[in-house]
Amino acid sequence: MEEDLENRGGACPQLLDLIPNESDWMMAPEASGGGRGVGGLDDSEDKKLELKLGLPGVGGGEEEAAAVLCLDFFSKASKTTTTTTCTGARRRLFESAESKSEGPQQEQQAGFLQLQSRAESGNEWPHKAVWAGGKADLQQSHAAPGGAAGPNTSSQTRAAPAPVVGWPPIRSFRKNLSSSSVKPSVGLENDNAEMKQKFDNNKKGLLVKINMDGIPIGRKVDLKAYDNYEKLSLAVKELFLGLLAAQRDTPENENEAAKQAFVGLLDGSGEYTLVYEDNEGDKMFVGDVPWDMFVSTVKRLRVLKSSDLAALRLGAVSRKRTATES
Amino acid sequence: MREERSDMSEDEDGGGGVEQKERWGPSHGGGGGGCGSAKSRGGVWTDPPPPFSDQVLENVLENVLQFLVCRRDRNAASLVCRSWYRAEAQTRGELFIGNCYAVSPRRATDRFRRVRSVVLKGKPRFADFSLVPLGWGAHFSPWASAMATAYPWLERICLKRMSIADYDLSLLAFSFPFFKDLTLICCDGFGTLGLAVIAEKCRHLRVLDLIEAYLEEEEEDEVVDWVSKFPQTTTSLETLGFDCVVSTVNFEALEALVARSPALRQLRVNHHVTVDQLFRLMVRAPQLTHLGTGSFGHPAALALQGDVMEHDADLVSAFAASKSIVSLSGFRDVASQYLPAIYPVCANLTTLNCSFAEITADELKPVIHHCHNLQKFWVLDTVRDEGLQAVAATCKDLRELRVFPLNATEDSEGFVSDVGLAAISQGCRRLRSILYFCQQMTNKAVITMSKNCQELVVFRLCIMGRHLPDHLTKEPMDEGFGAIVMNCKKLTRLAVSGLLTDKAFGYIGKYGKSIRTLSVAFAGDSDVGLRYVLEGCPKLQKLEIRDSPFGDPALLSGIHQYYNMRFLWMNSCKLSIRGCNDVAQRLPRLIVEVIRDRPEADDETVEKLYMYRSLAGPRNDAPPFVMIL
Repeated sequence: MEEDLENRGGACPQLLDLIPNESDWMMAPEASGGGRGVGGLDDSEDKKLELKLGLPGVGGGEEEAAAVLCLDFFSKASKTTTTTTCTGARRRLFESAESKSEGPQQEQQAGFLQLQSRAESGNEWPHKAVWAGGKADLQQSHAAPGGAAGPNTSSQTRAAPAPVVGWPPIRSFRKNLSSSSVKPSVGLENDNAEMKQKFDNNKKGLLVKINMDGIPIGRKVDLKAYDNYEKLSLAVKELFLGLLAAQRDTPENENEAAKQAFVGLLDGSGEYTLVYEDNEGDKMFVGDVPWDMFVSTVKRLRVLKSSDLAALRLGAVSRKRTATES
Repeated sequence: MREERSDMSEDEDGGGGVEQKERWGPSHGGGGGGCGSAKSRGGVWTDPPPPFSDQVLENVLENVLQFLVCRRDRNAASLVCRSWYRAEAQTRGELFIGNCYAVSPRRATDRFRRVRSVVLKGKPRFADFSLVPLGWGAHFSPWASAMATAYPWLERICLKRMSIADYDLSLLAFSFPFFKDLTLICCDGFGTLGLAVIAEKCRHLRVLDLIEAYLEEEEEDEVVDWVSKFPQTTTSLETLGFDCVVSTVNFEALEALVARSPALRQLRVNHHVTVDQLFRLMVRAPQLTHLGTGSFGHPAALALQGDVMEHDADLVSAFAASKSIVSLSGFRDVASQYLPAIYPVCANLTTLNCSFAEITADELKPVIHHCHNLQKFWVLDTVRDEGLQAVAATCKDLRELRVFPLNATEDSEGFVSDVGLAAISQGCRRLRSILYFCQQMTNKAVITMSKNCQELVVFRLCIMGRHLPDHLTKEPMDEGFGAIVMNCKKLTRLAVSGLLTDKAFGYIGKYGKSIRTLSVAFAGDSDVGLRYVLEGCPKLQKLEIRDSPFGDPALLSGIHQYYNMRFLWMNSCKLSIRGCNDVAQRLPRLIVEVIRDRPEADDETVEKLYMYRSLAGPRNDAPPFVMIL
């Protein structure tokens, strides 16, 4: 659930980017609010922001509560079980609401997320996500509209500045501090877990796991980087040669001997053979079908010792072959 | 935090990397001046072997150069003549590469043949603050592959901000039979499987130190019990630090490991280790010098039970028995009733890191009162100015102070202020390094610090609200930072914040002659600000700027400087593609990376710029969102 949440959360905040590149560099402090100026962010945008943050179905009183939300999640009143972060707060905001099991809250929350996603133009990078974040957890603010801003009411009187990515400059590692649960950052670096997924499977790449007999650790290969089997075979060699050679323990020729292992990967004549598992779960020799068909059906790759092959999957292969032949 | 390792930060090193030695002289593509190597001639020398008498001289030289340790000295020595160059290359034992893209692995391993220790740094520092998209680069793989074959005797690897795969760790483990020391700082990409391979295969391992690493998320069934994989015999482990590992470790295995590691001096456990488990570990290892305490509390459920008092007594005795402890960290989930347990070691403490503990001034005071010898203190701002005053009163030998914010947001309630800063400056005259997060500051306090703390080498002040002026006078913070650069003659690293005009940069350019690292955010009025810095700071190595109104003319004003620097980072400024192209064309050995977050963004503006000198040419592993000009 957290992952889903992060995905959706990742898509959402883009909509709320309120610091355009060309913003005025307002050096003078704002007249009001003790100089908490945010360059280029005028009140009307703030208001727009506040309205947007009101959840669907939330009444007028809620707006104010929502508006008052600032990124101070560490309200002493709230004992959320989720960790709270700064730039990670936007995810937590959704997370804390969603993890509570109150129905209407969830619906509203889900509705909000959908609203965001629809409006989202498919941008993957919530980089400058800003909004007046949530003081106390959202749960509380719904439970007590208007007065729900939590103990720190002084912030109600000034416009909460829209938070900026990476500011203040604290490593995400440090942000998960709260009296209820203290953990080093569960998310990946830079709070960009959702981004990681996107870049892993980005529209330009196709990452497939590949394991090799005798090598304890698998790797991933981006199939979009190759356009034929020969290149793939070479890539496989590059991926595993180092470790295979290192494991072999023979000081001289270890590289040469290891390189030999990768000869004949595709035709069954070598020490190892490249096979793959397709989307139907069948194990196939690599090289049998046209490249494009291979790329569209492959789910994972394996480099098996040729001597082990006989026992394994001839059945599956011949089934497939008869299927295509008939 | 480890003393030596975390000092392997921007504070310590200068431009002494491999790339500097490869002669950034005028012959390397026109444009700006070289880096101080006036004798440079360009290119790597590969020659036929020298005649016999020269060979003798070279052998003698090699013997002498063994003693030369400092890499800047070595760089200088290598420039004397070819003979010295060869001799130095043969004798360099530690390879330091400040930017993994500045030189190719092959080139480095070709030149330096007998390296035992490698230090490699990857991503720019702003990657820590979500400003560098994931997948940007700094992959350890190519280096691992190159070193696996080139340096079979390799003993030590230290990586900072690199992406490392489990596979790479595996390769290390299998390739280096004498491997002793793995230190990973702010790295990511690997998981418990990689750790397991290291534990199992590196029989001579002395140091396994993970500092603020971001391990891959693993499902429960994917987590590997790596602690059990250490050899069952007596180990040579001296340092084991895994406080950043998110998953639980097998405690029985850990306890057994500690029991059979007589050389263990530094142990930092993660937050899953509770106080009573910690007690058991301490009993096994009374010889520890550095201890990371894990949670220092109980899981919430147990804390309610009445047997807490017994644990107190046990814990106190454990600390009393640990006479060698000089460094304490952890305190992840501290239950304040346990804090007094550390009193027995306070007088010996030189380092105390309680920056994950939300303690108040009243909770801190009795502890700090005993810490007369404290040199390094990291704390959360929950201790308030009052707590800092207590520190100032006792810790007269304090060298490094870091005050982190509990609420790292712009409009959070500020717990510390100019009052705390001034107090520290009054009490801790030997202060060398300070990192201070606050919500309000005055020029006066900063000026006071500049006068009181003449030893300052690192001054990093982060006023969390953007563009905030002096909260009393409402003036910009120019004078404060100006005083710092003017009065602190040893200053090499500076981070500025608050409302700053070009005047502040004028001061920096005029007085900051030793500054090597400068961090700027939301500051300045115009291009002039950046020009002051680029024209005025000859020692500048690392410049990172965000959200400041500096444009192409300012960028171009630094052409003479960029080959001398390790990198320049600018995001959300006023740069355009044209200006960046201009620089790229004029400085062929400078890699100019434009990083786009949004593919369909305006083509003209440059959201993020990362520029660095390199002998390796444009890298071939750049992801789609990076454009290399």
